[in-house]
Amino acid sequence: MKPDATVVIAGAGQGGFQVAASLRERGHVGPVVLIGDEPGLPYQRPPLSKNFLLQPRTQIELRPHSFYERRHIELRHARVAAIDRSTRRVRLTDGHTLAYDHLVLATGARNRTPPIEGVTLDGIVQVRTRDDAEHLRARLPATSRLAIIGAGFIGMEVAAAGAKAGTETTVIEALHRPMARAVSPVTSTHVADLHRAQGTRLCLGRTVVRLDGDHTGAVTGVLLHDGRLVPADLVVVGVGVTPAVELATDAGLDVGDGIRVDAYLSTSDPHISAVGDCAEFPNTHTGTRTRLESIQNAVDQARCVAARLTGTPAPYTAVPWFWTEQFSTKLQIAGLGQGHEDSTVLGDPAGGSFSVLLFKGGLLAGVESVNAPADHTAARRILAFGRPLRRAETTADGFSLPQWAGRHCRNQDRTAAAHDPVDAGAGRTADMG
Amino acid sequence: MTKIVYIQPDGTRVTVDAAPGDTVMSAALAGDVDGIVGECGGNMMCATCHVHVEESAARRLPAMTDDEDQMLACTDAPRTAHSRLSCQLPTDEPMVVTVPGSPT
Repeated sequence: MKPDATVVIAGAGQGGFQVAASLRERGHVGPVVLIGDEPGLPYQRPPLSKNFLLQPRTQIELRPHSFYERRHIELRHARVAAIDRSTRRVRLTDGHTLAYDHLVLATGARNRTPPIEGVTLDGIVQVRTRDDAEHLRARLPATSRLAIIGAGFIGMEVAAAGAKAGTETTVIEALHRPMARAVSPVTSTHVADLHRAQGTRLCLGRTVVRLDGDHTGAVTGVLLHDGRLVPADLVVVGVGVTPAVELATDAGLDVGDGIRVDAYLSTSDPHISAVGDCAEFPNTHTGTRTRLESIQNAVDQARCVAARLTGTPAPYTAVPWFWTEQFSTKLQIAGLGQGHEDSTVLGDPAGGSFSVLLFKGGLLAGVESVNAPADHTAARRILAFGRPLRRAETTADGFSLPQWAGRHCRNQDRTAAAHDPVDAGAGRTADMG
Repeated sequence: MTKIVYIQPDGTRVTVDAAPGDTVMSAALAGDVDGIVGECGGNMMCATCHVHVEESAARRLPAMTDDEDQMLACTDAPRTAHSRLSCQLPTDEPMVVTVPGSPT
């Protein structure tokens, strides 16, 4: 791409923002237009289900206005309505048309609305945008009974905020443990116990049949399939998301579970890339095509695309990591341990600080760390370029992830992993020890 | 308002007026200081707000917690004896910090 090329970015969430910021950081001089449909400056979403719900003064803007001015990043408050690939133009919802040399789709995802009777009653909220979270925050103090449908990360974080606010809180989940799709049973159990110790009720293995309301249209409770009624005057629905792919589908791009991209995050049109929650990419850590919903993935994919557009292409191989915080307990996850066959627990779950090492094919695939950041940082290093860690090595007395990483990973490679994914990929199979 | 000075890797000094309640990280973001990313929003999860603190200031700052100590193993620029995560540093007194370098 020429240095004076115009890059248009559809979506001003964390991924879209980072594409713009990294393009400028890498010296791109052509126009950069960041298009977002929410009012205000681009902001961080992770606090919305955490501190933001309890502290009105939580600052969430990613950067001040001067950041965009100084770097000549044009912020447009609109949404891309259509892409005309033949003329390389996008039409915006405000009626304007913009020409692009390269288009980055960072359209994110939308909350899934379950097809349940009563879901449009007053007092049923979701948490995706700043407006959603402000609405929830405003209602929380006057809420006597909060019900949360869905025990994923968002649901459990909101439950923690509800309990901290002194609200009687109940979490309803169809699966038999919280965060079941994301974490191992050991970690689920630990988190469930934390919530129960704070008085939160967990209704696990229960599905919702209907939401009940009064004559004013306000929600009064959640009816479960076993006939039980959970009374509630506020219901938060957190049952996952669907990627925002309509724009790509309408433009005739390849779309699977998300917008399909190659290892370099290019869509089926070489003039269009996709990053973040909306992108389905070939995942070098699992050997499958995946879509990840995380800050790390949005930011690192954005950096990967910005690097390619400014002349340093490299495939995307960053180690995935995630975090959540509930009741001052930090859960940090490195890698992707879903589908593991074996695990090793290090530390002391009863004492509140431990890590669960997850193995696929006998090799380390993911690590869940509860109040154990040293294990987490070590896991990230090992998964990026340590030699493969075998389960048998981790069951020895006194085994320590940081010590193992210290012996088998070169410290300075961390930066290289983020910026030179080719080497990092090689490191996963080569013996670096 | 407390003045926080950020020295960039190239020696440039950027001064920011920190608002009450700001951390050295949040003041840097609000003041558009390069090299302080704060990817996790100040939760000690990402180690992208790494700074080096002058020895005189280091003495009056709150002691490092175990979590901060452990996350400093994960910084892009090498850790030194002066390393801190700026999201853990209050801005109640003027301070000079050095930004060790930024990821691109």
